[in-house]
Amino acid sequence: MDESRRKFLMGAGRLLVLTGAASVAWDAIVEGQPEQAPNYNTIDHWWGMVIDIEKCIGCGQCVRACKEENGVLLDDEHFRTWVERYVVDMDDPDHPLVDAPNGGYDGFPDLPGMPENIKTFFVPKLCNHCVDSPCVQVCPVGATFDSPDGVVLVDKDRCLGCRYCVQACPYGCRYIDPRTNTVDKCTLCYHRITKGLTTACCEVCPTGARMLGDLKNPKDPIHEFLRTHKVQVLKPQMATGSKTYYNGLDGSVR
Amino acid sequence: MGSRWHNYSHLIRMAALFVAGILIFLVGRSFFVPADFGVYWHYRAGALDDARARPIRFAGQAACVECHSDISDLRKTARHAKVSCESCHGALATHAAGDEPLKPTRPNGKALCVGCHTKSPSKPVAFPQIDVADHAGDNACIECHNPHAPKIS
Repeated sequence: MDESRRKFLMGAGRLLVLTGAASVAWDAIVEGQPEQAPNYNTIDHWWGMVIDIEKCIGCGQCVRACKEENGVLLDDEHFRTWVERYVVDMDDPDHPLVDAPNGGYDGFPDLPGMPENIKTFFVPKLCNHCVDSPCVQVCPVGATFDSPDGVVLVDKDRCLGCRYCVQACPYGCRYIDPRTNTVDKCTLCYHRITKGLTTACCEVCPTGARMLGDLKNPKDPIHEFLRTHKVQVLKPQMATGSKTYYNGLDGSVR
Repeated sequence: MGSRWHNYSHLIRMAALFVAGILIFLVGRSFFVPADFGVYWHYRAGALDDARARPIRFAGQAACVECHSDISDLRKTARHAKVSCESCHGALATHAAGDEPLKPTRPNGKALCVGCHTKSPSKPVAFPQIDVADHAGDNACIECHNPHAPKIS
């Protein structure tokens, strides 16, 4: 059989059996790399996160897991996610005391000498993966962008390290990585969620205070949660379209 | 005729400069802007694959349960049922993949327990908390509690 005819028949046969994405996946499997089979379609997903303040115990597991999973610098200045402790004096609720020793990496030591009438709780923070992200809008070189599945990512090959986005983020979720002099931030564990795993912080959270959710998947429990809870986002007045929803958020949280 | 062209020469010079400028811009652009820039939107499409390429460190609960179903069965009805294995045992993707090191280290018992269960006014009231010195003294937590099924019956 001549080469071109053989090629045609094989191609046609494959087209009949496997179509579209399945055919591309088959190529990866034939090459012995099934884990790279692109069975993940970005337009089928829309990622967000729910954080339940009423469950957070401030243990810092998420902070440690995030640094481990993503190779974040182990100092007290660089965090992709961190936990804040709020102490609200009910006689002066507009000026809460906020601390985050080492971002909550080592847990929280007791605060001595607190007034009697206080409300205190933990607030885990991370990139809010906004729909109308201020950071994406200011990037002059298209190095930071909204992925088609709703995750704000950074292209380290293009980032100039100009720090516009660090200033633009209303939530303080970005920092310059001194090792590369490019910006770094939470990727919502993009390398995990595109493989069917949950994020590192959600994986280790012992109380289920963090829940990753696929808003385009009608069977995802996030929909039930959002229907039955009064959730809020941080700084709604900034109109960022944040997709990190907080349950039980106190009005004093900034 | 010569004098007539002479009248336009400044315009021709200007036009030539514009053309040269546009050419330099186009050549520079093709050099600096990656080929897959703008396939989806104002970014390099390959950056999505770059973000996906990172290796995982936490294997995920499903991978643990695949082999250690005895422990997951024990935990099923216990109070720690919803705590994932790697929450206490650490990131074990290399262990799950069968690579070195095969034997994970045993978690540091008391420090780990205390990390969650030490008493704090900031924690939710319903969460089980103890004053460690009062509750256990110098004893190890696992002398009384099995961490996989901590409730003492």
